[in-house]
Order: sequence, then structure tokens, then C-alpha cells
Amino acid sequence: MIATENDAYQESFNQFQTEQSATAPAWLTELRQAAMTRFTELGIPTKRIEDWRFTNVKSLAAKPYQNVQSISLASGDAEELLQRAKLDDSFHRLVFVNGHYVSQWSTQHELPEGVVIENLASSIRENSGDLQERLSLETSDEAAAFIALNTAFVNDGALIDIPEGVVLDRPIHLIFLSVESGQTVCHPRNLIRLGKGSRAAVIESYLGREGEGYFTNAITQIELDKSADLDHHKLQHEQTDSLHVASTHIDQKDSSEFRSHYFSFGSLMARNEINCMLDGGEIVATLNGLYMPTGEQLMDCRTRIDHAKPNCNTYELYKGILDDHAKGVFNGKIFVHQDAQKTDAKQSNQALLLSDDAVVNTKPQLEIYADDVKCTHGATIGELDENALYYLRSRGVSKDLARKMLIFAFANDVVQGVEIPAVRQHLETILLSSHGLPDV
Amino acid sequence: MLEIKNLHARSEDTEILKGINLSVAAGEVHAIMGPNGSGKSTLAHVLAGREDYEITEGEVTYDGKDLLDMEIEERAAEGVFLAYQYPVEISGVSNKYFLKAAINSIRKHNEQPLISRGDFVAMLKEKLALLGMDKSMMDRSVNEGFSGGEKKRNEILQMAMLEPKLAILDETDSGLDIDALKIVSEGVNALRSPERAIVVVTHYQRLLDYIVPDKVHVLAGGKIVRSGDKSLALELEDKGYSFLNEGTEAVAAS
Amino acid sequence: MSSENALLEEYAQREYEHGFITDIEADSIPAGLSEDVVRLISQKKNEPEWLLEWRLKAYRHWLTLEEPNWHNVKFPPIDYQASVYYSAPKQKPKLNSLDEVDPVLLETYEKLGIPLEEQKVLANVAVDAVFDSVSIVTTFRETLEKHGVIFCPFSEAVQRFPELVQKYLGSVVPYSDNFYASLNSAVFSDGSFCYIPKGVRCPMELSTYFRINAQNTGQFERTLIIAEEGSYVSYLEGCTAPKRDENQLHAAVVELVAMDDAQIKYSTVQNWYPGDAEGKGGIYNFVTKRGACRGENSKISWTQVETGSAITWKYPSVILQGDNSVGEFYSVAVTANHQQADTGTKMIHIGKNTKSTIISKGISAGVGQNSYRGEVKIMKGATNARNFSQCDSLLIGDRCGAHTFPYIEVRNTTGKVEHEASTSKVGEDQIYYLRQRGLPTEDAVNMIVNGFCKEVYDVLPMEFAVEARKLLNVSLEGSVG
Repeated sequence: MIATENDAYQESFNQFQTEQSATAPAWLTELRQAAMTRFTELGIPTKRIEDWRFTNVKSLAAKPYQNVQSISLASGDAEELLQRAKLDDSFHRLVFVNGHYVSQWSTQHELPEGVVIENLASSIRENSGDLQERLSLETSDEAAAFIALNTAFVNDGALIDIPEGVVLDRPIHLIFLSVESGQTVCHPRNLIRLGKGSRAAVIESYLGREGEGYFTNAITQIELDKSADLDHHKLQHEQTDSLHVASTHIDQKDSSEFRSHYFSFGSLMARNEINCMLDGGEIVATLNGLYMPTGEQLMDCRTRIDHAKPNCNTYELYKGILDDHAKGVFNGKIFVHQDAQKTDAKQSNQALLLSDDAVVNTKPQLEIYADDVKCTHGATIGELDENALYYLRSRGVSKDLARKMLIFAFANDVVQGVEIPAVRQHLETILLSSHGLPDV
Repeated sequence: MLEIKNLHARSEDTEILKGINLSVAAGEVHAIMGPNGSGKSTLAHVLAGREDYEITEGEVTYDGKDLLDMEIEERAAEGVFLAYQYPVEISGVSNKYFLKAAINSIRKHNEQPLISRGDFVAMLKEKLALLGMDKSMMDRSVNEGFSGGEKKRNEILQMAMLEPKLAILDETDSGLDIDALKIVSEGVNALRSPERAIVVVTHYQRLLDYIVPDKVHVLAGGKIVRSGDKSLALELEDKGYSFLNEGTEAVAAS
Repeated sequence: MSSENALLEEYAQREYEHGFITDIEADSIPAGLSEDVVRLISQKKNEPEWLLEWRLKAYRHWLTLEEPNWHNVKFPPIDYQASVYYSAPKQKPKLNSLDEVDPVLLETYEKLGIPLEEQKVLANVAVDAVFDSVSIVTTFRETLEKHGVIFCPFSEAVQRFPELVQKYLGSVVPYSDNFYASLNSAVFSDGSFCYIPKGVRCPMELSTYFRINAQNTGQFERTLIIAEEGSYVSYLEGCTAPKRDENQLHAAVVELVAMDDAQIKYSTVQNWYPGDAEGKGGIYNFVTKRGACRGENSKISWTQVETGSAITWKYPSVILQGDNSVGEFYSVAVTANHQQADTGTKMIHIGKNTKSTIISKGISAGVGQNSYRGEVKIMKGATNARNFSQCDSLLIGDRCGAHTFPYIEVRNTTGKVEHEASTSKVGEDQIYYLRQRGLPTEDAVNMIVNGFCKEVYDVLPMEFAVEARKLLNVSLEGSVG
């Protein structure tokens, strides 16, 4: 077929299947094979596909990345990265290096009965539960190549199960490091399931070391049963020579609540998709994001919210600050199905350009098939609020400091939405180091 | 202290101020009254330096200097303070940081030593108490989520902290209930001093029961059409602004 | 509530009143499209060689293109070989006065409410009437020519002002622009040509009235308006077609050029036959409209009320090249029954201090699908460019859809773009409130719909605003006061 560019993936795949053949259950071998076939069919997305129109992923994704089969942890870089990634020792922590679980770096505090926090590879070995069904992701869409690719190489990641009624008091921190030398690729797959009325907080951190450029192709699947509540954070700190492609799929049932906080700082190219399916009534979903590309970075944030049932509320706020030659893409779709009466959906995207060489592309979309709904989206790109500038200056603050205050405030607004203190402080530190305010 | 001569200003294609003459001396409190749309707020913002207005004629001297020639922040540093009718919300910047930044910017401009953290905190505590405000408000974002009354109080707090020479209060009474009005007025009265001038812009007489003016001016159609002492405010209360339409155009003010 | 629903339903299924057929003998060529057909059209119009060459280039390019598929409208594949590409009512080759126009045609326009006899028409509107592929008559030509304004059928302009046509044809919408524009460039038959000389304020509104009559005929008109330095023109466009069970294709191209300080105001009331309540028949309206603000301080303003057509695919756009130039787009688009619309605009900011405003009002009823699609681009050199967009949708009934697809691209730090969109329905509480104040439900609905569209009606020339209100079957008369 389209051949050459996928040769490296195909070669890795053949090797991977051979190595896995001894341990993998038959259904998994088949699933991986089918996904690889689908990936080959789709090929790496081009700009001709509407969903990839502003993000030319081809040049980066077509590099001959190597799948890392076993990790050495030999270099000191790994430990150093781990230290940087850590947020709070009181958190449950699962650490993955180049796609493989590292038990000696992971911590599990005492857990309420029935709670499962483990790695996917060990669950696969035990072949427990309904893994086959859960790992089979829809790839019919023409833009789904990386989902297929992840499934072809699916092997490890976090597996979290919170049973009915359990409130987990400590956040779960998932750390994904890329440290092996060479052009490496990993395909983490995380499965998170919250039972009725349960409650948890999850943080995903992505970091890597400088080198020849690596590729992280991650998927997180989240299922929230009735009245479940999940606070989800993603801190994308990949090296600035890397490619990060990720999608998070959320399936929500009645009265559940989901909050997503996405912070994008790293990668040369970062594409993050969040797909929220509101499959029940009285659901609340909040998607907040902050992307701050500089240099030659490209950050593409894509969200889709499907209102499938009545009486659900969604709130979305994505903010971008772009400097140097950076490129920012926001593509947010709200889809209101015919049954989803009394939907209330609010979406807002705001971006600031700090350089004339930076580009921002914004595509907020509403597709509405129900009549009794309140849907609004707004996008503003441009200068700082002139009223606020005037107000600050009329109190004696210089124009330059007033601008700095407003840029800081613009980003801080999203940071302050984070409820977990350790995460918020971590983000404040980053914000202060790039757009910090002088002491006054 | 403030000398306005034949001031004309326009916004886009509309002339709003059509020859204002006004002189305010240190230690005085002036009230500027007038019907809606008469140009009261425009006058306040022209003095603060809002860039939406174009000055087509006239001059404004402040402490012997050309006020219109100064940048917005320069005016503030020189002691001009405007309490806004609609204070601006700035999410993500704390009141505390904002206030300290303002004080030190002004001090820097005036080549004064910067305020220490301790002095700042002490001063803030004192002024908060004066206005009956809770200190937790200082950790919140500037005006964000404040009620109408809280916003107005916050304006007066800023005024108390910045200690301006010329304070202009733009419709500070609007949206205040009687208790809040009293507290705000007390805050303003506490700032009255022989070195300071205060200009109160208001539609209603009621604020002037609490902040008693030395002089009252009536602004209509972009000009000051009458001036007098505080009894003029009572007359307006009695008769309303309708007398302005009865051809009493004549009396220009000083 | 059920009576309200019935009313809403009725509202959604309003009758098409311009659906009659004019029985007139036509000079038509056989259906189908080929180089020979292109040559034949050119030959019938006695065109110069360069124009035939241009048409052929367009045709050959069209063959390499595929129909676009990114739009949010669905229709069965169009057989481009089944359509007739030229049809003209048989009449004397050259008309010297209105008296020589076939009375049947005059009657047609009379019936449509567009009388062509000068004494009867509104004194301040000059009309060019286009019937199928040709222009029938243009009124008030002498008056206009006294002011140096050229307003004539496109085919006549090709003969009389070839250098102007050659200079500007395709200069805003090149023949290679898109599938439908290429098709139009190959086979366009007639349309209007306007030229406003330097410093002239056109003394009256110019108007073109398009009518499709013949069966299985596509209409491919081309309009070109040039406003020289410091000139002003307001141009109106109206369209209707008979009720026929087959879908008919309309693929027009409009090009506007505004030089320094020039202003063009272009208003459209599009009322092509929308098809019946079951979705049978109706016009496929695939139109490319674009204006270039070439000069400094120039302004182009598009206003459209789109009530007809089975499918509307149209994005009147402005390229803001000149510094301080202004682009505006005001739109009301109604989709009732099975109608589908994918419409919006593009504002491309190139010059400094350029400004654009987009106000789009989509109304969906029945099973209609209404999409706004717009693009705002602030290029690197466009310092201090400003855009404000507002896209509101109103839903009547629960089987229709309203969609918004804006694209925003900014490459300059001083650029400022604001986009707002909202979706609402005709609220029960609003109807209740108005009824409590004494309005019958129908009037209440009309009033709400009208209020929703007000920002757009306000910028329409008065006669058009009246027609637009009528088209929505909404009359405020007698219901207020």
C-alpha cells in the first residue's frame, strides 16, 4: 500500500508480535493484527483530512521509530526525570519508562477494598475481566490512524478500577518517561473505570530526555458510572524535539461529573484529543486547557463533546499563549444529538499572540439537532483587554507591567481551576518561570 | 489645583464635551451633576486619560502642568485618581499584588523609596478596617465576582491606599444601598484634607447628603450650565433637571 | 402547546408563490456538456477569441476537479450531462426598446412583482432582468449613462467594453477557483455588468432579477461590478424559479472590485424554488461571490436573505487588500421543510487597519439543516486588523439542525478577532409573554423571528427589507401598536 513511511512500524510490529506470541492470548494477537492492518490502510494522516488540516504530522510521524522491548534504566537521566515528574509522595504512583511499567519506582499506599491500581501488562498476563472488549477501540474514522497504531502495539499502561461508592482520598499519579536512546516510540494505554458514586483524581505526566527525538502515542479510556466523579489532569512536558499524540475517551453515565485539566508545555508537536460521550442525563463535564507553545512548537488541542441525552451541562475553556514561531490549533466541537433536550453547553477559546511569527488557528464548532438547548461558543484572539489595561494604568501601573500582569492573569485563570494543591503549585511555578511577575 | 479651560472632546463622530470651564482648588469638594448623557462620565475619563476620546480644543492644567500631555499612568503617579462607575474585573491577578504594584509604580515615578512588605500589610489592614472590608478579599482577583457594593468599596480602598491629590468619583453612589453608601462616604470624608481636591460626579443629590460639597455644577449638553453652592443640589432634587430645558442656557460657570 | 406546534409547523411549510411556469418558445441547445457546447455558447454570443479561450481553459480545468465534499449538505450525485447549458426565449436578436420585448415575458416579471416599464417601476431602481440564460431588458439605461454609469447585460459589455471585461473578468474569482466557479467560467451565459466611474455616486439602486424558467436548465450567470476611486453603488439581486419536480442547477459567479474610497453594497434576496414539502425538486444554488477591496478606505458590504433553494452553498467573501478597508457580511438564512443551507463568508485581512463584521442569523424549521461556515484570516502584514463575528441560530421544531463552523487564523499580534455564536429556540415563555400582552400566537412567533433577524433587515435597502419580511411570511403590520 502506501508502504515506505509505515515500513518501520510494520517491521517493529512483526518483531513485537513474535516476541509477544508466547504470552499473549489469542484474542489479543488478533486484535493487534487487525489494528495494524487498519493502520496500514489509513496511513499517517495528511492535511487533506479535515481533522488534521492545520497539523502536518507526517514529517515527524514517518520517522523510523523503534519500539523499545526491554528497558535498562541504566542512564542517570531516568532518575533525574522521575524526580522532576514527582508531585507529592503521598500520591499513589505508577511509573512507566518507554511504555513499560517500573515497579521499583512506583508506590502504592494502602487502598480501600476492591480498588485496583495496577499495570495493564500484568492484567493481560492474568487475562482477567473484559479486557478484550475494553481494548477494542473504534477506528472507522479516517482520522483514527494513531488509535489503530496504539491498539496494534497495546501492551502496558495503567489500569484503575474504583468500585461502587469508594472515595479515593489520594490522587493517582501516572508518570510516563521516555529515556532510552535512539528514536523510540511507546504506545501507553490507560484504562480507568469508576463505579457508581465513586470518586477519584488522576494525574498523567509525560516527560522525556533530549536526544534524537521520540514519539509518545498514548490513549486513556475513562468510564464513569452513575454519579461517579473524576478529576483528571494531564501535564504534557515532553522534550521539545518529540512528537506527542494522545487521545482521551470518556464515557459518562447519568449524573456523573468529569473535570479535565490539560496543560501543554512540551513537544515539538503535540496533538491532544479529548472525546466526551455524555451517555446519560444530568451529567456535568468541564474541559479546561492551557497551551503555551514557543520556539517552533505546534500544539493542537482537539475536543469533542457529544450530548446524547437530555439535561447535561458542559463547560469548556481553552487558552493559548503563543510566542516565537509557534503554532496553536484549537478545534472544539459540540455535538448535540436529537434527544439531548435542555442541553447547556458553553465553550470558549482565547488565544494571545506574543509574536508576529506565531500563528493561531481556531475552529470552534456547534452541530445541533435538538431545539431546546442553550449552546454558545466564543473565540477571541488578539490583544489584551483594553479596559483592563486602562484600569491598571490609571492606578499608576506602567504599561509594560500592566501587560505582564494581564498575560500572567490570562494563564493563571486556568491554573487556578486545578483543585489539587501540589498540582496547582507545580503549575504556578512553571507559569512564574515563563510569564512570571516581577516583585513589586 | 485643576484648571479646565474650554475643553472639547469627541468620541468617534460625536462631540460630547463642548467647552467645559472648571477650576478646582486644593481642599475643595466639587460636585458635578447632570442628566444622563450630559457628558459627566466623559469628563471624568478625559481627566484620567482614557484613549477613546479625542480632545479637539481647550486645555487642562493640573498642579501647573499640562495634564492632557501625560500618559495614563503618569497622571495616576502625579496624584490623579478616578473611582470608576464600572470597576473592571481582572481575573487571575490578586487585589493585593495589584495594589502593591500600583503603590510602588507611583513611588518609583516620584523617586520615593518603595513600600516594604510590612508597611504595606499594616497600611492595608488599617484601610480595610476603615471600609469594613474583609482581608480575604485581597487574595481574590481584582473585582472578580464582587457585588456592586463590594466593587465600589474596593475603589475607595484603592483611593485610600494610593492617597491621591485629586480624586474623581464617577457615580460612586450608583448601585449602593443606604448602608454601603454611608460606609463609602465615610471613607471618602476621611480623605478630605486641605491638600486634596475631590470631584464627585453624580446623578442624584443623595450622595451629597453624606459628602457635602463646597461647590455644585450642573453639566448639560456637554457644558456647565449652572454653578452654585450645595443649595443648588437641593434645588435640583426639588425641581429635577427639567428646568434645563426652559431656556436657562445663559449662566456659564467659573 | 400543541396549537403552537401546529402553527410552527405551518410556518415551516409556507407556500412558494413564484412557482408558475412561463409558456414561451425557447432557443435551447441539447443537454450535455463538452468543448463543443462551450464553443457553441461562445459562438451564439459572438464572443471574441480571448473569451472563448478563457472559457475553454476553465472547462479543461473543471474536468480535472472533483465536486467539493466538505460541506454539510447532502444530495444525490448531479449528472452534469443531463443539464441544458443554454436556453433563451426566442425573440428578435436585438431589442431597441421595451416595446419589442415579448409581452409574455413582461407579464412574467409583472407577476413576480418586478414591472419593467420604467413609468411603473420604483423611480430609483434600475433593473436588469435575466430570464434563463439571457438578459431580457435593462431599464433606466439612458439616465445611468448620463452619469457615466455602465449597467448592461454581461454579453453586451463583452461587445461594447471588451477591454474592461478582459481586465477584470476572473480577477477576483479566477476560473480555477473551485468546482462550481470553473463550471460557470466555462458556460456562463449572461448576467449583469456594472461600472461606476471615478467619483460618481450611482444615482439609483441597480438591480438584477434572475428567473429560471426552462426545464432541466442550469443557470450560470456572471456578474461583475467595478467601483472606481471614490464611487458608490448599491446593487440588489433577486431570484425565483418555477416549481418543478427535478432539481435544477444554479452556479453563479459574482465579482466585485472596489478601488480607493469606493463603496459597494450588494444585497440579495434569494428565493429560488425550494422544493416541495417532501423535498422533491428545488434549485441547487452553488454560488461563488467575492469582492476585492483593492483600494485604501474601500468598503464592500454583502447582505443576503436566503429563503429559497433546496440547497444553498454560498460564501460571499471580501479580500481586504487596501489599508483601512472594510468588509461586512449580514445574512439571514432560512431552511424549512427539506431545505439545506451551508453558507457564510470569508474575510481575508491583508491591509493594515482593516475591519470586518459578520452577522449571521440562521433559522431552521421542519427538517431543514442550516450551517454557518466562515473563515476569518488575519495575515502577517495586517496590523491592527479587527473582526467581529456573531452567528446566531434559531430552531423551530425538534427535527431540524443548526450548525456553526467558523475557521479563524491569526498571524499578527495586533490582530483582534472575536467570534460569538448562540443557539436558541422560539421560547415558550416568550410566546406566553407576548400572548399575555394580547398577541395571537402566530404574530408572536413572527415577531420573535423578525426580532431575531432585525440586525440584518436594518442594513437592507428598504424595498428589499419589506420583501424579505414578506418572504418569511412574517408581517408585523397590524400586530403592534
